[in-house]
Amino acid sequence: MRRQVVLVSLIALCIGLTVWVTSMDRVGIMFPFTWEGMAKHAQRHLQLVFVAEIIAIAIGVPLGVLVTRPGFKKLAIPIIGGASAGQSVPSMAIVAIMVPLIGLGFRPAMVALIIWGVLPILRNSYAAINDINPAIIEAARGMGMTRGQIVRKIELPLALPVIMTGIRVSTVVLVGSATLAALVAGGGLGEIILVGVFVGEPLIILQGGAPAAAMAITMGFILERIERWMTPRGLRVKAEIS
Amino acid sequence: MIKLDRVTKVYPGGTEAVREASFEVEKGEICVLLGPSGCGKTTTMKMINLLIHITAGKIYIDGVDNTKIDEDELRRNIGYAIQDIGLFPHMTVRQNIETVPVLKGWTKAERAKRVETLLELVGMGSGEFIDKYPSELSGGQRQRVGVARALGADPPILLMDEPFGAIDPITRARLQDEFLKIQREIKKTVVFVTHDIHEAIKMGDKIALMNEGELVQYDTPANLLYRPKNGFVEKFVGADRALKGLQLIRVKEFMWGFPPTVKTDETAQAARQRMKREGINQMVVVGEGRKFLGWVEWADLEKGKMVSEIMKPSSDVATVDTVLNEALSIMLSTRLNNLAIVNEDNRLEGMLSFDAIRKALSETAQRGESE
Repeated sequence: MRRQVVLVSLIALCIGLTVWVTSMDRVGIMFPFTWEGMAKHAQRHLQLVFVAEIIAIAIGVPLGVLVTRPGFKKLAIPIIGGASAGQSVPSMAIVAIMVPLIGLGFRPAMVALIIWGVLPILRNSYAAINDINPAIIEAARGMGMTRGQIVRKIELPLALPVIMTGIRVSTVVLVGSATLAALVAGGGLGEIILVGVFVGEPLIILQGGAPAAAMAITMGFILERIERWMTPRGLRVKAEIS
Repeated sequence: MIKLDRVTKVYPGGTEAVREASFEVEKGEICVLLGPSGCGKTTTMKMINLLIHITAGKIYIDGVDNTKIDEDELRRNIGYAIQDIGLFPHMTVRQNIETVPVLKGWTKAERAKRVETLLELVGMGSGEFIDKYPSELSGGQRQRVGVARALGADPPILLMDEPFGAIDPITRARLQDEFLKIQREIKKTVVFVTHDIHEAIKMGDKIALMNEGELVQYDTPANLLYRPKNGFVEKFVGADRALKGLQLIRVKEFMWGFPPTVKTDETAQAARQRMKREGINQMVVVGEGRKFLGWVEWADLEKGKMVSEIMKPSSDVATVDTVLNEALSIMLSTRLNNLAIVNEDNRLEGMLSFDAIRKALSETAQRGESE
């Protein structure tokens, strides 16, 4: 409850700052971005995040589940290890490396975000399936469930909460990282920040940064609710008791 | 019903978990696989439903080589119960129990009826549990649901892997008693794995004692206690096995099934002849439908003409599942040398004599002296 109050206040603060700067006549030597411009950049920002996130989920979840399968277990260490190592590469570097490979614009920004976003999902999916008590799987096998039925009826439902956590972390990270898309001319709220940096005007930087922060906190909050809602009741009860 | 023919399991890497184990589990019997950890008992059980593949030898189920049956189909027809952690935590009691019926494509109505029947059977039929999750139940309740789930589609065979392992001793004893009561009703062929000698003797019609992958002795609990095949068995069952037997062995092991009886409307003369022929000085008196009524004693035969005049009515009885020390204490309190063994309807099933118990005990004592 107290956490919710803090979160809502933070969101309100960020939106307040955004509204404040946007409604100014002048900021130092320049005009602030107009409402229209803000909407355009925010829209592009969300677009980057959503498209990248959906593709990241489509890659991360199946791949994470796949490397828990017997026969693919050998791939687990290189793939999960590689993903973890990859996450320690600065997002700026991933964005930058796309330019010589793909060029400028929406696409390189997209690719960089997907790579960045897939890591937590992949890692959590793998860990979630791997952490299921083997006795539960054996009981399912012993009762005559096929491999497919075990994945569908047992493993995925039990892993879902942890996978959802991965998706939430990934989304929040992407909202922040998407500001870097501006560096490769990918658009989004990062462009406002860049302008602010170039003209040396902190309030303009704030005009781009504050809405991005509000977006990240809001999405984290919404996804957390979805996570709770998707957690099977039997697991939720346990979490509440312990 | 289940026949193992020189079954061997060698794991990749060369570890021999089970070596040429052969034994047969009769229909309707509980066969306990017993032994120290790592003896191969769980491996042996899991080869029956092919959770573990057989390296050499054959397992026949109702005469059919189990490797010739589709694995999933085979498992759906063999109930499987493990420690309570095997319940699916994201499913309700109902969903857990109807797992196999769903796999087998039963209709919703059939499943609902079955779940109700099974919950009733395991003593959770009040309806308050059906929509609860495993995490909302006590350990004992979870275990009952585990048994109900294994019985889901009414399989003829039940495999139980230390099903009462993670439970406090008092609840465990109650669950064991309940399961024996259920088993009397449903008469499944059960293979039960445990490392606990007390549990094995209590639950088993037969015990397969294993050590280091080999079957050491396959026998009734009484024979395991009183006629151990070798030093390992003797050591495993413990030095106090004579007394252990009293606490654990059920009346059925030592009772005299179909003992001579006499009816109330027969003459004392008829009773005398029968007692003389059988060499006994106390005889059971039964009424309509073999219901137990009391005893006639040799010393009383002169006191009347008809059995009804001389009999001593009695209501002190035991069942086939009463443990010996309990039966013994009933006997001591009635000053009779015999005890009538009856079923739930008070129908006579047998008779237990003081001599039979003493004989069994002295056999053990003699063995102990000769060593």
